Amino acid sequence: MRTLRALPTLWRIGVAETIAYRAEFIVWMLTTTIPLIMLALWTSVASEGPFQSYSSSDFVAYFLAVLIVRQLTSNWIAWQMFEDIRLGVLSMRLLRPIHPFWAYGISQAAALPFRSAIAVPVSLILLASSGAHAITTNALQIAMMIPSLALAWVISFGINFAIGSIGFWVTQAFAIGGVYFTLYTLLSGYLMPLAIMASKYPTLTKLTWATPFPSMLAIPVRLLTRNLATPEIARMLAIQAAWAAGSILIALAVWRRGLKHFEAVGG
Amino acid sequence: MIRARELTKHFKVHRRPPGFVSAMKSLVHRTYDTVKAVDGVSFTIERGERVGFLGPNGAGKTTTLKVLSGLLHPTSGEAQVEGHVPFRREADLLGKITLVMGQKSQLIWDLPPAETYALNRAVFDVPKDQFDATLEELTDLLELGPLLDKPTRQLSLGERMKCELAAALLHRPTTLFLDEPTIGLDVAMQVAIRDFVRSYNQRHDATVLLTSHYMDDVVALCPRIIVIDQGKLIHDGDLRGLIKQMDPDKRVSFTLVAPATDEEIAKLGTLMTREAQRVTLKVPERQIPEVVGHVLGTLKAADLAIEDPPLEDVLRVMFSKEKE
Repeated sequence: MRTLRALPTLWRIGVAETIAYRAEFIVWMLTTTIPLIMLALWTSVASEGPFQSYSSSDFVAYFLAVLIVRQLTSNWIAWQMFEDIRLGVLSMRLLRPIHPFWAYGISQAAALPFRSAIAVPVSLILLASSGAHAITTNALQIAMMIPSLALAWVISFGINFAIGSIGFWVTQAFAIGGVYFTLYTLLSGYLMPLAIMASKYPTLTKLTWATPFPSMLAIPVRLLTRNLATPEIARMLAIQAAWAAGSILIALAVWRRGLKHFEAVGG
Repeated sequence: MIRARELTKHFKVHRRPPGFVSAMKSLVHRTYDTVKAVDGVSFTIERGERVGFLGPNGAGKTTTLKVLSGLLHPTSGEAQVEGHVPFRREADLLGKITLVMGQKSQLIWDLPPAETYALNRAVFDVPKDQFDATLEELTDLLELGPLLDKPTRQLSLGERMKCELAAALLHRPTTLFLDEPTIGLDVAMQVAIRDFVRSYNQRHDATVLLTSHYMDDVVALCPRIIVIDQGKLIHDGDLRGLIKQMDPDKRVSFTLVAPATDEEIAKLGTLMTREAQRVTLKVPERQIPEVVGHVLGTLKAADLAIEDPPLEDVLRVMFSKEKE
């Protein structure tokens, strides 16, 4: 109850921190380059005819959808946690009667609308104008985008929180964060649609679907860009919900074990 | 109440000599030492006590405070604060304690202190009227008025420390762990913080465990002191008792009016310092009346003061004895 009552203030403070540095804030809003590079690359591949089943405008729709989902679900809390643990700043968070899982989570969530304040509306307009035919027309699917994006965000946050907690054991854990981001890039559909990857590397793609990465990006993008039957929509959301629950449990377990190793350096 | 029973905290520390070869070797083989930061410390502090926690650098003071405030899991032994086991970090305990570290900030760096206060009010679930009353009281006592809406990063060290104290006390904790709360502050500010801590202790019957390298903080605030060295407790008792035990002689200081040689003065006691006409002697307590009579009568001193030896000196003697 105490945590619930604190939510609005935590949110407000998170927003205030996000916009404290105006220049940095504007740079954040504009840094969304990888999906745009991929968009240019894949549309040129498909310029003379569809590649696999993707036409040039399918790629436009896909990567604009990737941009939107990425903007709304990205997390960077692992990096902040590494720093907080390494420098002992975490001590001050631990003295507050609120689990850092909540405190970090709300500060991350509070930043999202601002970080995506430009990229998401622009992408949505572009998507509606140049990729309209490739967007789903299924009302249920469009409605399900909201829980799907929320679940993708929870999975991303949970995994980031678990990785950040590795900082309790490893002083310079940034490399682990780097490995995570590389895997995310390769296995989530960030660089290419997983359907294209499946045609070239079927086994790898099957394995990919056994990881949380598609739930963080490919599934919400699929919901936005493909017309799916209701059972398939339910299956996609169920996969996401399972990974969301799993990532929270893993995050809290790693945190609990790691906290015993916290050395609270400094002071 | 704070209770520690045979409390230990050991750290595994990686050691390697300087140089490129050692750096390369350490990639494949690392040598670790176990550092016993706290090594079997036991004490009990009752509600409302003000206790100084002293020791040389690396003695284990801050580590003990971190264990007691729940930041560190002890390696062995027991700790209890306000009836709770600290490392479990139950919300009820966190609402009753605070830890102020002179070299660590809980203020949000990029925002004014008022925002940290609002955050603390929310997470500590402090009722609005109580929060307003406490903040008003702290603002008056610590003269925070003009500081509340300045970004923390733009505050001076002294200003920041005052704001830190306020942030740490807004939820009216009843156990205060203060780790070097006056470090880097000017004398006037040190006095203000001391007065404030004493008054908070009296008004809220709060327990205070204080570490400080400024002995004036300890002398002014703490009737009882606990001394640790190399992780072990070496004294627990009242300040006067420690001074009497380690260095029972008094310091007699006076300013000469008539000339006198060092040999003449040294007949009265051990000459500690002499700067022009200002003299300090070390004199056994039982000889004080006789020495005072002589200084005022024969030497015609312009003034005279009798004091206990400085705590710094007492501790220096104590730590050197420990090393022997």
